[in-house]
Amino acid sequence: MSTILTSTFKNLSTTSKWALRFSVRPLSCSSQLRSAPAVQTKSKKTLAKPNIKNIVVVEGVRIPFLLSGTSYKDLMPHDLARGALSGLLHRSNVPKNVVDYIIFGTVIQEVKTSNVAREAALGAGFSDKTPAHTVTMACISSNQAMTTAVGLIASGQCDVVVAGGVELMSDVPIRHSRKMRKMMLDLNKAKTLSQRLSLLTKFRLNFLSPELPAVAEFSTNETMGHSADRLAAAFAVSRMEQDEYALRSHSLAKKAQDEGHLSDIVPFKVPGKDTVTKDNGIRPSSLEQMAKLKPAFIKPYGTVTAANSSFLTDGASAMLIMSEEKALAMGYKPKAYLRDFIYVSQDPKDQLLLGPTYATPKVLEKAGLTMNDIDAFEFHEAFSGQILANFKAMDSDWFAQNYMGRKTKVGSPPLEKFNIWGGSLSLGHPFGATGCRLVMAAANRLSKDGGQYALVAACAAGGQGHAMIVEAYPK
Amino acid sequence: MVASRAIGSLSRFSAFRILRSRGCICRSFTVSSALLTRTHINYGVKGDVAVVRINSPNSKVNTLNKEVQSEFIEVMNEIWANDQIRSAVLISSKPGCFVAGADINMLASCTTPQEATRISQEGQRIFEKLEKSPKPVVAAISGSCLGGGLELAIACQYRIATKDRKTVLGVPEVLLGLLPGAGGTQRLPKMVGVPAAFDMMLTGRNIRADRAKKMGLVDQLVEPLGPGVKPPEERTIEYLEEVAITFAKGLADRKVSTKPSKGLIDKLTSYAMTIPFVRQQIYKTVEEKVKKQTKGLYPAPLKIIDVVKAGLEQGNDAGYLAESQKFGELALTKESKALMGLYNGQVLCKKNKFGAPQKNVQHLAILGAGLMGAGIAQVSVDKGLKTLLKDTTLTGLSRGQQQVFKGLNDKVKKKALTSFERDSIFSNLIGQLDYKGFEKADMVIEAVFEDLTVKHKVLKEVEGMTPEHCIFASNTSALPINQIASVSKRPEKVIGMHYFSPVDKMQLLEIITTDKTSKDTTASAVAVGLKQGKVIIVVKDGPGFYTTRCLAPMMSEVIRILQEGVDPKKLDALTTGFGFPVGAATLADEVGVDVAQHVAEDLGKAFGERFGGGNVELLKQMVSKGFLGRKSGKGFYIYQEGSKNKSLNSEMDGILVNLRLAAKPEVSSDEDIQYRVIMRFVNEAVLCLQEGILATPAEGDIGAVFGLGFPPCLGGPFRFVDLYGAQKVVDRLRKYESAYGIQFTPCQLLLDHANSSSKKFYQ
Repeated sequence: MSTILTSTFKNLSTTSKWALRFSVRPLSCSSQLRSAPAVQTKSKKTLAKPNIKNIVVVEGVRIPFLLSGTSYKDLMPHDLARGALSGLLHRSNVPKNVVDYIIFGTVIQEVKTSNVAREAALGAGFSDKTPAHTVTMACISSNQAMTTAVGLIASGQCDVVVAGGVELMSDVPIRHSRKMRKMMLDLNKAKTLSQRLSLLTKFRLNFLSPELPAVAEFSTNETMGHSADRLAAAFAVSRMEQDEYALRSHSLAKKAQDEGHLSDIVPFKVPGKDTVTKDNGIRPSSLEQMAKLKPAFIKPYGTVTAANSSFLTDGASAMLIMSEEKALAMGYKPKAYLRDFIYVSQDPKDQLLLGPTYATPKVLEKAGLTMNDIDAFEFHEAFSGQILANFKAMDSDWFAQNYMGRKTKVGSPPLEKFNIWGGSLSLGHPFGATGCRLVMAAANRLSKDGGQYALVAACAAGGQGHAMIVEAYPK
Repeated sequence: MVASRAIGSLSRFSAFRILRSRGCICRSFTVSSALLTRTHINYGVKGDVAVVRINSPNSKVNTLNKEVQSEFIEVMNEIWANDQIRSAVLISSKPGCFVAGADINMLASCTTPQEATRISQEGQRIFEKLEKSPKPVVAAISGSCLGGGLELAIACQYRIATKDRKTVLGVPEVLLGLLPGAGGTQRLPKMVGVPAAFDMMLTGRNIRADRAKKMGLVDQLVEPLGPGVKPPEERTIEYLEEVAITFAKGLADRKVSTKPSKGLIDKLTSYAMTIPFVRQQIYKTVEEKVKKQTKGLYPAPLKIIDVVKAGLEQGNDAGYLAESQKFGELALTKESKALMGLYNGQVLCKKNKFGAPQKNVQHLAILGAGLMGAGIAQVSVDKGLKTLLKDTTLTGLSRGQQQVFKGLNDKVKKKALTSFERDSIFSNLIGQLDYKGFEKADMVIEAVFEDLTVKHKVLKEVEGMTPEHCIFASNTSALPINQIASVSKRPEKVIGMHYFSPVDKMQLLEIITTDKTSKDTTASAVAVGLKQGKVIIVVKDGPGFYTTRCLAPMMSEVIRILQEGVDPKKLDALTTGFGFPVGAATLADEVGVDVAQHVAEDLGKAFGERFGGGNVELLKQMVSKGFLGRKSGKGFYIYQEGSKNKSLNSEMDGILVNLRLAAKPEVSSDEDIQYRVIMRFVNEAVLCLQEGILATPAEGDIGAVFGLGFPPCLGGPFRFVDLYGAQKVVDRLRKYESAYGIQFTPCQLLLDHANSSSKKFYQ
């Protein structure tokens, strides 16, 4: 306890050092922070609202997140999703006929299984009477799946919904070029041999050049890593800071893995191979090793490298969400409440990855909480530079006033409450599946460390963002 | 354990923050102490790198003048003498401008070629020292890097530029009738290769940063940043500086190579350039091309070729000597004076002298989606103005929308826009057939058919739909605005905005005010025009305003010359040989013979015999035969889709024979024909100033050159009178007056100028 306290103070003095130089500011934030000893005195005891259903997470699981091109490489996305779904069925023992609906998030769609939720559910042992749909919203796709579930339950349409997400980056759809596709389609329609032959004479060798799925933002034509590098530069985040943060993520993840905190993982038996039981992207290295890497996007002087970015990952996650009364009626002990949430969006060019900065103050305001009320932060780590830039943006009155239309900054989250079981940088980031992992980590951390509120936040391509409050379920 | 780890990483964080902030503090100290001593250039030291900042006070741009140069050399001497400093970064503190070039006034004030040569030599000397600097100097370029600015940058050992739309590099001296006189003609060919260097120096074109990188003109690019904890522009410059410092250190440690890695093609071309025969061929081709294009009217391009040649063939010393001497010669030429005058006039016409309007125009409506209407819409939407485009028919409207889309899409093809930007710009355009949304319009520009009754009908309809404050602007080339305004309930809100076709290419906008037009209306119209990127002249109302009124007597003379039996092709050659970008007969075809007839008749009525000369009957007969010019495929020439060669329209022979006039041999030499055309233009322009249609000669020159293609090498009618001599102009006019009468009678103001040699339009 005492160590936690001292670290709070240390953290305080560092984050507000800059602010203290201006004698005007320290009144508001730091004094408030100082008067808030570790956990007690919340702004609100609970976020339950009268006449609105309490919505709870009953169970949440994920299959191990693996580096792309490793054990999952020969599978299809619905295989992974099925693994998560059957894991959820197995762990929660929920009777399949009570599940009203299934929603999955995914980003890069396998053309054969474009409604991957349905294909996975059918094979995972759910009832064929349970409808399923797939949503997409870049890196917050499974967040969208969860909040859709929340909406269905809150509006009384459903009682029990499974939400999840899946991504398989080992295989992506690579298409023929538009010209080739056009010719093939025309060939299909051509009736006579001469028509077909005349179409074939139009063939040119460049028709064969394939079309890869876009790695760049469609609106700006800029890759995300490039944007992250510019963002880091805009907030003057150094390479050293980024490497240190990445190292922190890997070290904390390793520790969480070793100590068994990553309890949301269910083993996955890969057909023809061994059973996978743990994430394989956690690789704590040394700063010296990391410093050797060359920048991956802005060459030769950028700061974002392979070591301080999240890596291409395969994985799937799934959650059982219910109304509280239904859960209790079925005899479950829920893990956490899902409370207020918000989606934000901003300039996809220069603020592509600042979603958490925009979403955090809004969701806190909505819930009537302050930063001090939050006991656990689970933010999606796309890039070290992105996380650190978000910290600086959240800690800047100037940014709040000039870009967010707010009077003051919200403040950056204290590190000792922040992603302490690792994050996307180390655990991996299967785009469509990360949201559920964040919420489960938040819920598990609250029940393990005894806090009450957790804040989940993430950025997404398209310049969008999301944040949600998770409240601990009383013991 | 977790906590201790967290503390560990935290303490590292904090150490970093403190370190960085300390760096900031000491930097600002050194800078501020240096600030006390120098006005334009200061430097601070970061580690072992000197950061030299150029920031001329009270100006949006940095220019090179004597003061700047001497401060620069002072600073560099200190840097070279300081053992603590191992390298330097050269950067501007102004966002949007590195160095915009040499100070034009400094050149304009030279009275002898020797004086200008000395300026060039001084520049050469400084940049040579810089080039031979024992400590590497990195130019960190953000914003315009032009003329002397680029010569400065290429004398440095390394260049880093922001990849920003505002960052452009170029040597535009040729556009001022000069050559790059501070070593540019010698360094550029070595840096980017002879062909590319010729292209840059002879066209004066601006090169964007990414292109410059490909050419080898800059070594590294820096992406512009978005907002951080300070404004994007500020942080971008800071970042550029940080990156430049890393490279400066790398250069000092010899970890960074100054030699750009060359591709196979580059290697081949540079090898080819070592063969004397190849070089000679290049000089020859370029020279021929230049001669063909300038028709010998512009001396600068040929001198540029000579100077480059001198350097490559006879060595550096000869090159530098030739550069400074030819620079001196060019600076004192009439052409250079004329072009510099135009430059100054253009700067003047890019300002709103009527002040800020009370209400900014945010909602613009345009009536008529024809060529003009759609053109106006295009230049409005791409500046972010929400624009309603109304037409009466769906076909007319979609043609107009397509024109706007094509205009934007062409920019995408040239990579000036991304397809996403195109789409988002295009969404500013709302096409419609009714008056929906006009209740919010701040300004309506009508570009409907040129007919007073149509204009009246439209004006009344619009005034019924728009709010009180809405301005009604008429895009007409000849109808007097007060006649259009006569049916208006709010004549103070009526103004003329005369755009030139094609609107997205022609820079000029002629704004016409009536006696009743309020000053705020004018201010608003000018503000909109400036936003659309136009060069603006504001003139008083009257038949033909300024531009059309000058064009009419000139065209009348052109018709007379044709009637006198001069072949249209020959006439075209004579007029382009005098400096007009388009031949006179071709111009008639481009404008449209029916339009020309319309204008000739209208203005003929208003001004009487003075506007006579050629017979309007010629135009009438052409119109009746359907020879409307390019738009109908036939005029003086025959036009074929897709073919650039045009042949004479032989059916014109009959018309011309019927209306044949006897040529007067005493005024029909080639030179006389050229001067007859130009003199009627000039005389009418001066009369416009005399009558107060024009407010200033500068506006007259800008209008003539940018709207009507008056020879730029003459600098416009007023500059022409000053440089050619008012007396000589009057003498010419008198000569033609005795042959043709009143049409050539010099106006009073011209006579005044002829009578007193001290009277000049430009002092």
